[in-house]
Amino acid sequence: MSGYTEGIIILLCINGIAAMGVSLLTGFTGIFSLGHAAYMALGAYTTAILTVQHEVHWLPAILLGGLLAVAVAFFIGVPTLKLMGDYYAIASIGLGEAIRLILENWQSVTRGARGYPGIDPYTTLPVVAAFFLVLAIFMFNLINSRFGRACKACRDDHVASSLLGFNTARVRVLSLMISAFYCGVAGALLGGFLSFIQPIMFDMLKSTELTAVVVFGGLGSMSGSLLGTAVITLITELFRPISQYRMLIYGAVLVIIMVLRPEGIMGNREFISWVRAPFRRKAS
Amino acid sequence: MTTEREPLLEVKDLRVSYGAIRALSGVSLKVYEGEIVSVIGSNGAGKSTLMNAIMGMVRREAGEVRLSGSLLDSRSYRVVQQGVSLSPEGRKVFAPLTVLENLRMGAFPRGGQGSIGEDLEWVFTLFPRLKERIGQYAGTLSGGEQQMLAIGRALMSRPRVLLLDEPSLGLAPIIIKDIFKELRLINNEGVTILLVEQNARQALLLSDRGYVLQTGEMVMDGPSQELLANPEIKAAYLGAGGEKAIRSVKH
Repeated sequence: MSGYTEGIIILLCINGIAAMGVSLLTGFTGIFSLGHAAYMALGAYTTAILTVQHEVHWLPAILLGGLLAVAVAFFIGVPTLKLMGDYYAIASIGLGEAIRLILENWQSVTRGARGYPGIDPYTTLPVVAAFFLVLAIFMFNLINSRFGRACKACRDDHVASSLLGFNTARVRVLSLMISAFYCGVAGALLGGFLSFIQPIMFDMLKSTELTAVVVFGGLGSMSGSLLGTAVITLITELFRPISQYRMLIYGAVLVIIMVLRPEGIMGNREFISWVRAPFRRKAS
Repeated sequence: MTTEREPLLEVKDLRVSYGAIRALSGVSLKVYEGEIVSVIGSNGAGKSTLMNAIMGMVRREAGEVRLSGSLLDSRSYRVVQQGVSLSPEGRKVFAPLTVLENLRMGAFPRGGQGSIGEDLEWVFTLFPRLKERIGQYAGTLSGGEQQMLAIGRALMSRPRVLLLDEPSLGLAPIIIKDIFKELRLINNEGVTILLVEQNARQALLLSDRGYVLQTGEMVMDGPSQELLANPEIKAAYLGAGGEKAIRSVKH
């Protein structure tokens, strides 16, 4: 396998992990976020600082990066998740930018806007594949668990689900925390892949891309989110030779999908059920 | 109503505001075991707010709500576990789920304990229509069927008190009659019912006692028969006589 192919696969896995996190929050719990790149940044910077300055092994460092993102998500989520719908999306823009600006200006710790160089290239293919597999297995089980169903209930009707005894506030915050963990880990792996991180990599454009991929793949479909990630990542890589027109094609693909399939590639179905559908007996 | 027995559901001096606007200014009511009690009132009187405040869906500013003597939690998911269940205004069924799935959702507060199968059978005997539609998506049901589903779902948590917010909303008169007949059956099964309605005649015909809510205050209460015969109620809510609203009535 050439280094280039390997790079693309690593990138696919990293983006896939982040997309699963955002998918849980946006597709399954119905909370739109435009600031999730900030959690990636938190994971990336925590892991970079721990491995480079404190010489911590990369594995606990990545997990700690994810956990810091979870902690921040908790403190952000408790007061802001009372906001519903678009209002949370607006708030999340502010939160995302705030974290990016802190990273940019906290020179003594993060080395500011020039970026953080010299991160160990710990993100090898086996490592990233292992992370991806473990997190994917966990996520696909989670969305069919009692908690996953509670998420969907809150998404479909917030009032009805709280009347049915769902602790909707808890479900929403937990969902944000889990998605922050996924993004934090993805950020940490990205740092190890590029050996260099910079606050500008985690700006609003990145956040928008994370949510766009999930909408593109289908809200409420985990496999759709992964498929969306694959398509978007591959398109940007495939058209690298015509670099300046790349974003044009990227935009066109998004528009075409939204026109032809407004519900996203997979709608709200999973790949497995889509394959099985023709063979399934009708529910009695 | 001078009985000394303990009410099953008691609301005492409940106050709720939305920002600077007061929606309920000191509302009290009592519901005894086995009763059907209706709260009637016009648009904006605070009926839905009353229901939501009992359920903990809106913040109670002052006052208390008790279920057989013990305070109801201020968080809705706990209130359901304590034995009060609301079938909300506008039904709020899960449109992309089937009838069966919707009903199963109603059993969520018990965390899979108890006999869900038995309760399903119970709901199906009350609403045979739902059994016919068991595999159909809730969004494709008629308005009346959706209302039955919403009530059935609320019953799945085996509540001691069933609250109903405008069960007649948007339904044809003949369907409303059906729904109210079902409510009588549910009550005969031992479920205490508190109902708020704009359709005052139907509500009072069904219930044992009634309260009249007007701009956030209880202005009158009594046995439903008396309220039905009251000329001022007739004028204001039952469409007989002039346009005169109740102004000076206090109990």
